[in-house]
Amino acid sequence: MWAMAMKELRQMRRDRRTLAMMILLPVLLLVVFGYAASFDVDRVKTVVVGPLAPEVAGRLPERLEVVETRADLGREEAVEALRDGDAVVGIVTGSGGASILVDGADLFSARAVVTELRGHPELPEPEILFNPTLDTSTIMVPGLMGVVLVFVGTIATALGVVRERQSGTLEQLAVMPFRPRDVLLGKLLPYLGVAAVDLVVIVAAGMLLFDVPFVGSPLVFALGAVAFLFVTVGAGVLISTVSETQGQAIQLAMMIMLPQILLSGLIFPLHAMAAGVRWIGYLLPLTYFIQVARGVMVKGTPFDALLLPLGMLAVLGLVVLGMSIARFRRDLAPAGRRHRRHGKAEADATTAGAGAR
Amino acid sequence: MTPGTGSGGWGVEGLGVRYGDRTALDGVTFAVAARSVAAVVGGDGAGKTSLLRALAGTVRPSAGTVRRPDDRHIGYMSAGPGVWADLTVAENLEFTGRAYGLGAGRLGSRTAELLERTDLGEARGRLAGRLSGGMRQKLALAMALLHEPELLILDEPTTGVDPVSRVELWRLLAAAAAGGAAVALATTYLDEAERAATVLVLDQGRALLAGTPEEVLAAVPGRVVEAPARPEGAPAWRRGARWRVWSPDGAPLPGATEVTMDLEDAVVVAQLARERRAERSAA
Repeated sequence: MWAMAMKELRQMRRDRRTLAMMILLPVLLLVVFGYAASFDVDRVKTVVVGPLAPEVAGRLPERLEVVETRADLGREEAVEALRDGDAVVGIVTGSGGASILVDGADLFSARAVVTELRGHPELPEPEILFNPTLDTSTIMVPGLMGVVLVFVGTIATALGVVRERQSGTLEQLAVMPFRPRDVLLGKLLPYLGVAAVDLVVIVAAGMLLFDVPFVGSPLVFALGAVAFLFVTVGAGVLISTVSETQGQAIQLAMMIMLPQILLSGLIFPLHAMAAGVRWIGYLLPLTYFIQVARGVMVKGTPFDALLLPLGMLAVLGLVVLGMSIARFRRDLAPAGRRHRRHGKAEADATTAGAGAR
Repeated sequence: MTPGTGSGGWGVEGLGVRYGDRTALDGVTFAVAARSVAAVVGGDGAGKTSLLRALAGTVRPSAGTVRRPDDRHIGYMSAGPGVWADLTVAENLEFTGRAYGLGAGRLGSRTAELLERTDLGEARGRLAGRLSGGMRQKLALAMALLHEPELLILDEPTTGVDPVSRVELWRLLAAAAAGGAAVALATTYLDEAERAATVLVLDQGRALLAGTPEEVLAAVPGRVVEAPARPEGAPAWRRGARWRVWSPDGAPLPGATEVTMDLEDAVVVAQLARERRAERSAA
């Protein structure tokens, strides 16, 4: 038995990734659950509008954190602020009394506000917008679409590319008169296609089975989805360039997926997380896709209000895909060959230079 | 230089290849002329694959020059399977043909021709992963031959293949050479190397012997004889039931009979001679 245990220990020591996962994963989970796993929202961003705004703003419960007080604005602007994600609560004051608007798409904040207001009978009953029944599936389904896209984009792509390496055919491709760009794009196109079909199926299923609304622009949604797909597929290629086997690729993909599920705001609200953990969430593409998907589908958030998440997705897409192309190119054309479409003899000289021709 | 012509055709000169700190090849020269087969032989880790990869352009040389045609005129068969296991025989050929820009007409005629010559016609709809070792190698060779390359680079095309398939593979590659291609192949089978026009024997990344098989045999120092039992004190190696003995100074050995030296003997003697020189210089 000891011989077996020793052999296993030696093998474990050499499989650095599994060892790292065995040690790092519990630490990561502990940190995440300790600092991030909280449904308790302490402060809720609030805008106060209408003629009595300055007066009302000073008398609100502590949980309602006033970010803007404008006497010159009305209900329409308050709804816009909620739709665009600038605030979760809008208080509209006027001669006929005040009304309280709550963004139902920010589920946990909305619930916190409703509970809080029950303790203040002098305040009016809140009006919940976008998700009036505070339905969980309405906000979970758009987020889960992102998870599915991470799954298809990252894992399937990584496996597809690693399979090519593992079976030895990547070398064959390297000799063929392809440019590395052609190989990579040709390899990715089918995965992007499948992921796009997946996306349509999930949106349709969400709408038919869970009554998830789709009130915004499909074009803006598609824009966010495509940018997000480039990030996930790029991450898949990046994983494949540092993995020798499909097992290693799955391991790495899981390590990329887990933080996204936990820290993107999919389950736990981002603003309820400790600041130290929250910034990790701001580096993850799923965080921004969820903002776009929930915004467009549930609230009808327009393009200009989603510039930040869309821009972040575009930047992340460029960075990740750029890195993956650079690494893939190194794998495919280590000799720095010039792939010519036409042309005759090609000499590849290093030290002796032109003497080759 | 125009493809396929000119003095020396394709090849490498003074080639060095390094992987990190490890030297895989050091100052190796290897020429592959059109209409002929040039063989690289050597044991595991001798540098055969590195040499062929540098010739194909997938390994960056650290020194020397590489002369090869444009990518479109190279046919390559790697030491691995080199075929897409989850594509059928016909799909593998179709993909390769498209990669090399073959038109539909030429692709169709070349595919039909190669399927017939490789006896893979009946297996055209079978997944490459389900083929026997010999059939898979024939498919890989057919893929390398499809676009009628000027330079055919084959990394151990017959390793692990049964003797009948070996003969068939050689028939195909000899036909390619006869058709005008320059064929560079690595092999561990020295009887195969004897069929090549030129042979390069690699050992630990350096050229041990080079030239035509006759030149290689003529360059071997001393004499090789055959003995029924292992003689005391003389360097000897088993060949079948008998022993081959190397006499460095050509002195006769009692009880031994004359034997015609072949490439296998030449390689063994060259290695023994190199070890002897290394021992002397160390002493």
